Amino acid sequence: MAGGETLLDVRGLTKVFGTLKACDGVDLDIARGEIHALLGENGAGKSTLVKMLFGSLEPNAGEIRWNGEPVRITSPSEARRLGIGMVFQHFSLFEALTAAENIALSLDAKTPISTIAAKAQALSYSYGLPLDPYALVGDLSVGERQRIEIIRCLLQTPQLVILDEPTSVLTPQEADKLFETLERLRGEGKSILYISHRLEEVKRMCDRATVLRHGKVVGHCDPRQETAASLARMMVGTEVHAVVRSVDEGAGTADVLLRVDHLNRAPATPFSIPLRDISLDVRAGEVIGIAGVAGNGQGEFFEAVSGEVLQDRAEAVSIRGKPAGRDGISGRRRMGAAFVPEERLGHGAAPAMKLSENLLLSRHATDPGVYVGAFGIVRGAAISAAAKRINQMMDVRKSAEDPPANALSGGNLQKFIIGRELDRQPSVMVVNQPTWGVDAGAAARIRQSLIELARSGSAVLVISQDLDELFEISDKIAVMHNGELSKPMPRAEATYEKVGLLMGGAEPGHVHHHDPAEMA
Amino acid sequence: MRLELVKRPQQSALFSALSPFIAFGLMVVAGGVIFLILGKDPVNGLYAYFIEPLTEVWSLHELAIKAAPLILIAVGLSVCFLSSNWNIGAEGQFTIGAIAGSAIPLYFPQFQNGAVLPMMLICGAIGGAAWAAIPAILKARFNTNEILTSLMLVYVAQLILDWLVRGPWRDPAAMSFPQAPAFHSWAIVPELMPMSGRANWGIVLAIVAAVAVWFMLSRTLKGFEVKVIGQSPRAGRFGGFSTARTIVFAFLVSGALAGLAGIVEVSGAIGRLQPQISPGYGFAAIIVAFLGRLNPLGIVAAGFVLALSYLGGEAAQIGIGVTDKTVRAFQGMLLFFVLACDTLIHYRVRLVRPAPAAPPAAAPVTETAHGHG
Amino acid sequence: MGMAEAILLTIATAATPLLLAAIGELVVERSGVLNLGVEGMMLMGAVTAFGVALMTGNAWLGVVAGALAGLLFSLFFGVLALTLVTNQVATGLALTLLGIGLSGMIGVAFVGQPGVKLEAIFIPGLTELPLVGRLFFGQDPMFYISILLTAGVMWFLFRTRAGLTLRSVGDSHSSAHALGIKVIAIRYMAVMFGGACAGLAGAQLSLVYTTQWIENMTAGRGWIALALVVFASWRPWRVLAGAYLFGAITIAQLHIQATNLADLASLPGPLFWFAGLVKSVPSQFLSALPYLATVIVLVLISRNRRLTMMNTPASLGRPFVPDR
Repeated sequence: MAGGETLLDVRGLTKVFGTLKACDGVDLDIARGEIHALLGENGAGKSTLVKMLFGSLEPNAGEIRWNGEPVRITSPSEARRLGIGMVFQHFSLFEALTAAENIALSLDAKTPISTIAAKAQALSYSYGLPLDPYALVGDLSVGERQRIEIIRCLLQTPQLVILDEPTSVLTPQEADKLFETLERLRGEGKSILYISHRLEEVKRMCDRATVLRHGKVVGHCDPRQETAASLARMMVGTEVHAVVRSVDEGAGTADVLLRVDHLNRAPATPFSIPLRDISLDVRAGEVIGIAGVAGNGQGEFFEAVSGEVLQDRAEAVSIRGKPAGRDGISGRRRMGAAFVPEERLGHGAAPAMKLSENLLLSRHATDPGVYVGAFGIVRGAAISAAAKRINQMMDVRKSAEDPPANALSGGNLQKFIIGRELDRQPSVMVVNQPTWGVDAGAAARIRQSLIELARSGSAVLVISQDLDELFEISDKIAVMHNGELSKPMPRAEATYEKVGLLMGGAEPGHVHHHDPAEMA
Repeated sequence: MRLELVKRPQQSALFSALSPFIAFGLMVVAGGVIFLILGKDPVNGLYAYFIEPLTEVWSLHELAIKAAPLILIAVGLSVCFLSSNWNIGAEGQFTIGAIAGSAIPLYFPQFQNGAVLPMMLICGAIGGAAWAAIPAILKARFNTNEILTSLMLVYVAQLILDWLVRGPWRDPAAMSFPQAPAFHSWAIVPELMPMSGRANWGIVLAIVAAVAVWFMLSRTLKGFEVKVIGQSPRAGRFGGFSTARTIVFAFLVSGALAGLAGIVEVSGAIGRLQPQISPGYGFAAIIVAFLGRLNPLGIVAAGFVLALSYLGGEAAQIGIGVTDKTVRAFQGMLLFFVLACDTLIHYRVRLVRPAPAAPPAAAPVTETAHGHG
Repeated sequence: MGMAEAILLTIATAATPLLLAAIGELVVERSGVLNLGVEGMMLMGAVTAFGVALMTGNAWLGVVAGALAGLLFSLFFGVLALTLVTNQVATGLALTLLGIGLSGMIGVAFVGQPGVKLEAIFIPGLTELPLVGRLFFGQDPMFYISILLTAGVMWFLFRTRAGLTLRSVGDSHSSAHALGIKVIAIRYMAVMFGGACAGLAGAQLSLVYTTQWIENMTAGRGWIALALVVFASWRPWRVLAGAYLFGAITIAQLHIQATNLADLASLPGPLFWFAGLVKSVPSQFLSALPYLATVIVLVLISRNRRLTMMNTPASLGRPFVPDR
């Protein structure tokens, strides 16, 4: 243990949602001046626990001691008064307000905004996280937004800073910068509760770790003494099967099934990113990964490729050699393409509709006469049978025969959505963030199924923020930054550092890469 | 004590079925309270309102006459509301439908045969659809708020009707009375059972329309499209459906049915165009649509309930001397209760007593369960 | 008093209820709530103000009662839309339908009765100033209240921390909740403020504008006020401008309807010809002008999607259920 006396002592903290025990008798103690990791899978109860520590959720049972005194943290302002600060995973920022106004909202109402702006700017420079207090948050990048969250938290001079998955939105280089900041805070005697599922960074930086599984503490450890594999085993409970990736035999020679050719797109909304001259070939049998920090045009690119937004030129997107730029999403599906968007609820699936209805959502146009008969009459029996088939294939766990999409956990719904498309044996598959917020078991299954689809002769394009995932499944990796796409580099040549630099906006020319044509 | 909502894992089937009945029950209770405040015996008042009109054959006919336009309009509105298109201008579409349909007997009085009425109905539907197309196209093309535009067009439609019956279409024989000439007999919707009362084929038309729309919504891809665009437009676009096309479709269906209701009303119940042709059917139909839980078959039942409230209002005015203005108050309350009860379908409501202010940190939560999933 | 001054005065009288109702709804919408019940709340304000003024003989008591009635009536909406998270559009409609019904029922006793007028305030010396004297120093109190409220709302929203908090709730209720801001409580206060303003607007109609009770006397003004908020892109000073624009349209069409062509014989030829052309339009079409203008204005403003998206409170109309 690095620090001295205990700052925060939690005993038996429990939170129940309906019939689900999100946290079940959790014990946790944090010493002064330590970086304490909270590890666990998606859905293990990490966010619920920290929300109780920050007063956003009310525990059903348990005790919290702060500096040895029992306390009830009834609201975030009470938490701040005690000296607990929080940097949220899904930022709690206001896009229509300036950085300074955002910061002011969690500070003493008597301090004028101009004073807050000056203080925030000074603090941000002293930590090397420069910030323009008068910029509108809506105009800022994800990394800049996180700076506001951090500065807002530090301005309250907290003794304990809670960071929820802070690096999931950063480039490797930005993450290094964050680690420096955290180590400096530790040096100042502050405690940090660091939530992550990235084991390497936990090993590198944290003094102690507490591991949660299904709402219960399953162990405490010193992460430096553990291996990534042993930590993963503690988190998941069982051995996670590593994804098996055979080498793509016909790399670079097979037919191009998806071609994006000089794709441009003007911004549709005030805060969206224009796409600039994107070209990309995806061949049969290969998985191409697109890395990038969130908000660099990935969503816009997905909409353009899927046909939710049409292009001016038909040749801008070609599927199996046919120009598809003027066809809508149904037309592109009929050409053999399948799509899985980032948002599961509200984009890939209608939340309140049953799984069978959500099957119809993407399949009504592609299987003529199968799911929709004459006069547009829906064939319920055929749809139910197909839904059952998909649920079995992907091992979708559900509480009812045909539950609404929003009754499933993230991992199970994602398995259903991916399975819905795989069931068609598509020749082109485009997936945006395939395993975002998905538990390790489901994520492994999804990744494996994408590789298998490619090896069976389809072209697979995966957009992801998770570099580990891309290195695990891709044959080539390209990087999207500010609406531009770098040339894909073969996986053998790609390193975290190279990809990270491109994600941060380094000139593509500065990173050495081969032209795929040279390999052929 | 505070009220807390807990999201149900799945919609409660029990409350889906019960909520309209609970709402109606609450309205009856509130109605009784209003009668008390007005100094009337609540039992007498409620009897006059909700029972008496059902005791005589002629008034059952009147019930059917009033239910027909309410059902026709509300069935169309269900398509709009399910697709999240807030058409609240049905009253205007009703008016324009009445005008468009009436143009045939008024401009071609010598044209008298069996083709007149069908043509009037078609023109009425087209007129209503055309009026509804204005907010639809403005929303689809320019993203203009359809709530406000459709409502503004109600006032415009009523002024057009007013101008016609006082100006170009005024019956010269009616002295200074502002009304159009009475329709000839070929232009009148025939009565169902002329021996026992005035009810006409309008109610049959309404029920047929309800069944047809029910089939469309529950069994066809078009119905799926309407619902998915309404619940989750982005998922709908991902499914390959066009938001703009759905907007126009929903408004056209809804406008056509409202227009049909308009021409049925003037050529059936009234027999001519006059400045006032609706006691607010277009607005009451909004209540019918919600009371029927946006299901066309439920709407048929709900249409009769609201029709009863109109009859009851008239009966109560004559019988116990309560102003017929109470009708709209009752109808408004009914919609309030329907909306409040719908919450029970999606949430469990419970009262939570805040934990004592002092530590221990273990906060005991006392809950009084209200409803169960 | 000259012709121009008289017209300006009547424009102000026609604009004031729109301004009052719209400035209240602006605050409601800035907090992320869409209350379509403005028409109903105005009617409840109008009938209550009229009744109380009639019974007490004191117009000021009527004003207070009208505001209170609007405020209390808005709570029906609040309980449903905020506590029971019902659909805000449907609930607002329900409030309007209920308001039309209840006010009609209450107002039966007042139909045809002469009301009590809220008298204008005269300031000796200033009121007599040419052209602007009556406009700025001789109006009814509701005019001053509407202007002060507009200025107050501007100051509150953009110069106070409470206003910043209210705007933050309208921008992202989940972020606000995460920071510990009491989203529902703030929205309740906004809804009640909106209700009180709509009540005042109704009181202006029955105590100043017409001095009588007529069923459904708002004639769509509540809806026009809602349109004004959109037109104004949720900015108070633009609401003021919009209200006076609509006031001017209303008064212009009334003047055209009321004027005799014969009285205009002195006008120069082309103008007289134009006046004749306008007069040949049936009066119903002139009456439709404010409604048509609303549609046109909404189309013009919404054509610019980018601008609309920038200004619309991001949480507007979205239900909020805090997790506890």
